[in-house]
Amino acid sequence: MTEVIELSGVTKMYPGGVTAVRSVDLAVEYGELVAIVGPSGSGKSTMLHLIGTLDRPSRGTVRIDGHDVATLSDRQLSALRARRIGFVFQQFHLAPGRSAVANVADGLLYAGVPRKEREWRAEAALVRVGLGDRLTHRPHQLSGGERQRVAIARAVAGDPAVLLADEPTGNLDSVSGAGVVELLRELNDAGTTVLVITHDHEIADSLPRQVPMRDGEVIRDVGYVA
Amino acid sequence: MSDMSLKSARLRGPDLLRLGGTGLRARPLRAVLSALGIAIGIAAMTAVVGISASSQADLDRALAALGTNMLTASPGQTMFGKTATLPDDSVAMVRRIGPVLSATATGSLDRVHVYRTDKIPSGQTGGIGVLAAQLDLLKTVGAKLSSGTWLNAATARYPAVVLGYDTARRLGNVPAVWLAGRWWTVIGVLNKVPLAPELDSAVLVGWSAAGTYLGFDGHPTTLYTRSVESQVEAVRAVLAATANPENPNEVKVSKPSDALAAKRTTNATFTALLLGLGAVALLVGGIGVANTMVISVLERRGEIGLRRSLGATKGQIRVQFLTEALLLSLLGGAGGVLLGYLVTGAYSTTQGWPTVVPLWALAGGVGATVVIGAVAGLYPAIRAARLAPTEALAAA
Ligand SMILES: Nc1ncnc2c1ncn2[C@@H]1O[C@H](COP(=O)(O)OP(=O)(O)OP(=O)(O)O)[C@@H](O)[C@H]1O
Ligand SMILES: [Mg+2]
Repeated sequence: MTEVIELSGVTKMYPGGVTAVRSVDLAVEYGELVAIVGPSGSGKSTMLHLIGTLDRPSRGTVRIDGHDVATLSDRQLSALRARRIGFVFQQFHLAPGRSAVANVADGLLYAGVPRKEREWRAEAALVRVGLGDRLTHRPHQLSGGERQRVAIARAVAGDPAVLLADEPTGNLDSVSGAGVVELLRELNDAGTTVLVITHDHEIADSLPRQVPMRDGEVIRDVGYVA
Repeated sequence: MSDMSLKSARLRGPDLLRLGGTGLRARPLRAVLSALGIAIGIAAMTAVVGISASSQADLDRALAALGTNMLTASPGQTMFGKTATLPDDSVAMVRRIGPVLSATATGSLDRVHVYRTDKIPSGQTGGIGVLAAQLDLLKTVGAKLSSGTWLNAATARYPAVVLGYDTARRLGNVPAVWLAGRWWTVIGVLNKVPLAPELDSAVLVGWSAAGTYLGFDGHPTTLYTRSVESQVEAVRAVLAATANPENPNEVKVSKPSDALAAKRTTNATFTALLLGLGAVALLVGGIGVANTMVISVLERRGEIGLRRSLGATKGQIRVQFLTEALLLSLLGGAGGVLLGYLVTGAYSTTQGWPTVVPLWALAGGVGATVVIGAVAGLYPAIRAARLAPTEALAAA
């Protein structure tokens, strides 16, 4: 099996009758770089959460890294997230008052990595995202682009199989946004599967594969070679 | 795909402590303020226990110095309600009891009044009793002179007096007092006598001088004995019958050291009241911690969502917030125990007591805060753990 993500017939209904994701079939192979695009409210974040095992589908099956999510307990899902999935969010979610290294090291905490190793791996991850000279800076001392790089370092410090980024450039100007996308591309070149939600068509078009969504459905999967 | 088994890693102890501490370090002022309630409660309870233990230690020390082997016998009331007296030879009889080390007596002279001068109208020195004293009184009751000398075989026959501590205070520094129409020279002043406080407000005259000048009938009214420590209760059992074989039921026997101890412990209800107040403060403090934790969980939904996305299990979120609550209340508990100890030290120093805070009070204080922290933190921690990751992330 070469698929790291496999959704089949996945539907997510919220209480109140909203169907955020509707009968989605999606397969992503190891090493792909995928853009998820679509208008606001089309279900992109919901689908990313389902892929990231932060939520369970109402119907259909989600297989991540070979595991059927429906069969896993909370602890097993947590372990899957800790070791195989990295998240990047639009709002960075960095702990204020804590250094870049400390923030990144938290990404390894739940994988059971000992403290000293967490620290040097965090430093290595920060060097990798080009922040080798900002190790002890705290979030308020960093620019928006730098903060997002710290968040990306945190997501990839544990060497996940898949990196899920929900509008990572949404809070950034175009120059820092382009830098972040360039970084994602580098990480993908190094072997990480990357899924990135973006509103920016220029960015989306520059990526090898686009998954467009509308009203909870994947309408036309461009670039997928089955 | 990975073939690793999906086992979530356990958080190590130091990591857990660090996690629990992050919330406190992020908002130190809030942490201190919400720990304050618990600190005050624990401090109050520690101080109450400490002060009463210090007072007890002081009493034990005082009693050890005074001795607990003294018994007194005094005539009670007759069947017809009159004040009884002891037989003239009662002192000699009591001395013959085997374990009795010493026995002595005073005789009350009810109708004699003492004046500073021959001019002051009577009534102005009420409350000062005149007592005929035997020469070995001081030794038996453990009294010490604050100045001057005690009566001796010679002065006991002449108009000479020794003043009790309070009497000397009230009369002032007078060379002589006016008693039954003549001047009596003051030859000495006693210190306070804790085991025989009735001597503090007395004027003591010699046994034979009392007979010669004051019409004393020679009947002892209070008999003081010291016994071998281990035999005090045995002596107590026979003292009444020995002092007054004909009417033993008229004799009142008491052990002054017991009365002294009882006087110090009568404030037990007050102690209970203060302990109750401390418990209320502790309860309020616990509610304060719970409140802080609930707010903390609400404010940190984003962090909770992030940690879940980083792979934290529900249990790990729960234990993080529980640890935070425990640290918060332990902070209060440690501060409270320290504060309570300082208050005890300050108070007992001003009282001249040794500072004693029992170990069980310290351990109990810390133990109580652990329980409070666990109870206060449980509900917020469970709420934090129940939060759906997507909901938590959306709230940020
Ligand atoms: N917790 C929820 N409860 C009810 N409805 C929800 C919930 N979360 C999302 N929705 C609804 O599901 C639909 C899809 O939401 P989603 O956040 O996935 O959209 P999106 O494509 O990420 O939009 P955006 O580009 O604005 O981020 C929306 O109509 C939204 O209102
Ligand atoms: Mg979205």
